Amino acid sequence: MTGPAVPDTAAERRTDGPPGQPLLDVRDLTVTYHSGKIPVYAARGVDVALAPGETLGMAGESGSGKTTVAMSLLRLLPAETTVTGEIRFRGEDLLEANWGRMRAVRWAEASVVFQGAMSALNPVQTVGDQIVEPILLHEKVGEKVARERARALLDSVGVPSRRIASYPHELSGGQRQRVMMAMALACNPDLVIADEPTTALDVIVQAQILGLLTDLVRDRGISLIMISHDLSVLASTCDRIAVMYAGRLVETGPSREVIRGPLHPYSRALAGAFPTLGDPASRLAPGGLPGDPPDLREEIDGCPFAPRCPEVEDRCRTGRIPLVEQGDRAAACVHVPGYDEVVRHG
Amino acid sequence: MSAPEQSPARETPVVEKAPSRLVPVGRFVVTVLRMPSGLFGVLVMLAFVLMAVCAPLFIHPSDLSVTQATGPLLSAPQHGYPLGTDPAGRSVLLLVIWGSRTSLAIGVMATALTMVLGAGIGLIAGHYQGRTGRLLMHVTDWFIALPSLPLAIALAAVLGQGATSITIAIGVTSWTGTARLVRAQTLAVEARPFIERARALGATDTQLITRQVLPNVMPLILVSSTLTVASAILSEATLTFLGLGDPTSVSWGSLLNNAFMQGAVTAGAWWYLIPPGIAILIIVLGFTLVGRAVEHALNARVSPR
Amino acid sequence: MSVGLPLEAPTVSGPEEGPERSDFWVYLARKIGAAIVSFVMLLVVGFVIFSLMPSDPVSALTRGRPTSDAQMNHLRQQLGLDHPLWERFLTFVGHTLTGDLGYSYEYHQPVSTLIADRLWPTLLLMGTSTLISIWLGMWLGIRAGWRPGSALDRGASAVSLALWSVPTFWLGLILLVVFGSGSVGGMPAIFPAGGMQTHGTAGGLAPSHITDVAWHLVLPCLTLVAVIFAQYVTIMRSSIIDERGNPYLLTARAKGLRDEVVRRKHAVPNALLPSVTVIFLQIGGMIGGAITVEVVYSWPGLGYLTFTALRIPDLQLLEGTFIVFSAAVIVCNLIADLLYRALDPRVRRQ
Repeated sequence: MTGPAVPDTAAERRTDGPPGQPLLDVRDLTVTYHSGKIPVYAARGVDVALAPGETLGMAGESGSGKTTVAMSLLRLLPAETTVTGEIRFRGEDLLEANWGRMRAVRWAEASVVFQGAMSALNPVQTVGDQIVEPILLHEKVGEKVARERARALLDSVGVPSRRIASYPHELSGGQRQRVMMAMALACNPDLVIADEPTTALDVIVQAQILGLLTDLVRDRGISLIMISHDLSVLASTCDRIAVMYAGRLVETGPSREVIRGPLHPYSRALAGAFPTLGDPASRLAPGGLPGDPPDLREEIDGCPFAPRCPEVEDRCRTGRIPLVEQGDRAAACVHVPGYDEVVRHG
Repeated sequence: MSAPEQSPARETPVVEKAPSRLVPVGRFVVTVLRMPSGLFGVLVMLAFVLMAVCAPLFIHPSDLSVTQATGPLLSAPQHGYPLGTDPAGRSVLLLVIWGSRTSLAIGVMATALTMVLGAGIGLIAGHYQGRTGRLLMHVTDWFIALPSLPLAIALAAVLGQGATSITIAIGVTSWTGTARLVRAQTLAVEARPFIERARALGATDTQLITRQVLPNVMPLILVSSTLTVASAILSEATLTFLGLGDPTSVSWGSLLNNAFMQGAVTAGAWWYLIPPGIAILIIVLGFTLVGRAVEHALNARVSPR
Repeated sequence: MSVGLPLEAPTVSGPEEGPERSDFWVYLARKIGAAIVSFVMLLVVGFVIFSLMPSDPVSALTRGRPTSDAQMNHLRQQLGLDHPLWERFLTFVGHTLTGDLGYSYEYHQPVSTLIADRLWPTLLLMGTSTLISIWLGMWLGIRAGWRPGSALDRGASAVSLALWSVPTFWLGLILLVVFGSGSVGGMPAIFPAGGMQTHGTAGGLAPSHITDVAWHLVLPCLTLVAVIFAQYVTIMRSSIIDERGNPYLLTARAKGLRDEVVRRKHAVPNALLPSVTVIFLQIGGMIGGAITVEVVYSWPGLGYLTFTALRIPDLQLLEGTFIVFSAAVIVCNLIADLLYRALDPRVRRQ
């Protein structure tokens, strides 16, 4: 089935390639982990597209596959993992690229702001060294110039530039997250992937960080993929939202519309538990749904949400439920108007 | 069972046996033997024990006597003497086989002493937390820091030459590892909820230790003891080589001591020097591999996946 | 997980120098205090073993030598055996702290002189062996731990296990007989058959002397290295394996760094930190090996001295070497504690 139609919403400040060509076009991405004895089907047939300058939020509970998809974009998954499909970054399929090319793409064209900055930063290197490192690697500049840029980056994220000589443990949680962002911007990438950038932070700092992130990417015209289980966070910062469940994409669309009127029962549950900013407890459990997400070690027939869905029907349990488009929205549910059409013409 | 109104709890003994996490012994043994390391180790252990026990059947006192030996003096391997002869004309092969008896005996005795000391201290330290426990742990930590060979030498020298001194010296220098393990396990076992229940129901310390902690600690002690035998055999060889053993008994260490003292090195008598070391190598490997295999099998049991 | 709104966002002011410094002195004082306690316990144990355990220290001292009763009584008085226990202990402590470790009846010299003379050879042997072992252990351990289960890893484990499973002295004997005796299968004696220097060569820092000693050092050092390097391989390997799972390595990879660079510039520095201190802690374990190696090669150090002391046995000399060895380990442990504190930027601020 086709993926969600690419909108030409957000301002196209980046004009690489023919107009309208998505910056990132992922087709039928399937990721299977082989780290243990039993394979884990972490992502199945995921289609995602991202226009230049656009912000996409990937929502879902833990285990939904959102981090897996994000990490697979730069091929950062463990060596034993099988990844199939296409990951076209500016037209180039990264899954076909050799490692030399991958290393060149990493950070210089797409970078990552990892979750949990304390452990994502090297504890025995200064913050400055860690920001300078990718600059020296990817660009032909000298040490001094790189340091100047690092200082400027720290300033732009609101960290005093004298902190360039500090170690990660000497900074507060919020400062570390800012450092991670400064680091991610070091080589002027076209895409930044932010994996749960605010999960470990308290609420006031969270708001600051989110605001900073959106400002930064907007000013520089960078595309952003933000991953979070917190729908409210995504709603306020992203143009579009993609909802994942059990490794499958279940809904996509402009964030405001998805939040206000979700098409998929799971998104409804997620949005229904619309947490109030400032109440961390409600962030975590979507709408008090009974049951647990399915075990990803087993192949799932039919809709993965069927066991917990309040609107489940018999036809939900077998076969593959394709994404059904509705304008610039799409959802993989039998109840979406137009489902029968799609299946008939499938 | 009595009338239904009576609560079943009245019928249960005050201290129940710990909920068993043990899979039947038979299956456990098979698991160990399935691993190549386990199989090799067990075979080696059996072979050496067999050899040591059966040695008197085919070795005569005259073979071991310095005065009655009839072979050529310090000669390389030849017909009738597959591993050559020592300076007194005795067959090196027979000496090495006979030597296994003392080396194994001391190894096992020293291990038994180590286990008793180590497990005892570990259990007490783990059970009586608080001043006693902490004190014991400080002592243990201090002991660990002490270099073992100088201490063993000191003890054996003061106690006089002989197997007993060596056994005691090894025991006193090896107990710390076991003590730590046992203490950690004791703490883990005593943290379980049913221990609180048993205590509340009035179980005495002895009951708790013997019926709850000990069964759960035994597997650990088993693993620890195989590894301890390995290092005890090495220690015995070293201490005997340094001259602390009984000069009249034959052990691998004493063979090497004799070789060294009687100039086997300058004479180039490699056939006299190599076999005792190889024997030690094989048996130490055997015990170590069994220990690891047992540990592996134990871990596999506890987390059924 | 916080349950309500925090009242203020956490902030961190500038790097605090003041509290950091005083923290360090407190730490230092604590560790030195612990070392002193250890040393006192050591003296107690030494006293128990050498003065209390022998049923009659005098007969132990004079074992093997004809001594009249009058001479034995005289010795008893000299050693203060007629004094109460606690007094003897305090005298013992006093003597030890002032450097008087007794008198060796075997050598007819004060024990402290003997130990001072033999200290350098032992330091030379152990020092060289440690350095080589560390280098070798690190090189092998890092690579083995970076790819656990690889051929290199399994090979290194097998070799380490084999070397651990043989007595150190036996390895020494084999090396000596093969390379130092000239009597095995036509192999010439490449290395000396023992000792630290050839008789009659010039002493001091003459180049010929240095070469001579170095030549004599090769086999003993090789033997000691063979046995201890395996420990360092294990240490580095576990360190690296522990580090491998850390998220900051993924960050490094995401930056586009090559695998070898990620290992070298990110994983290794972090893995080295605990390793450095463990190296000092290992020195205690090395002493046993050093003693036996010295015996096999007749290397005139403290280990060989201990061995000769066993022959009578010369209890005062044994006691002296026992205390010196054990005290050295206490000092090394102290250094390990301080070093860790000094090196780890995280631990520095506590």
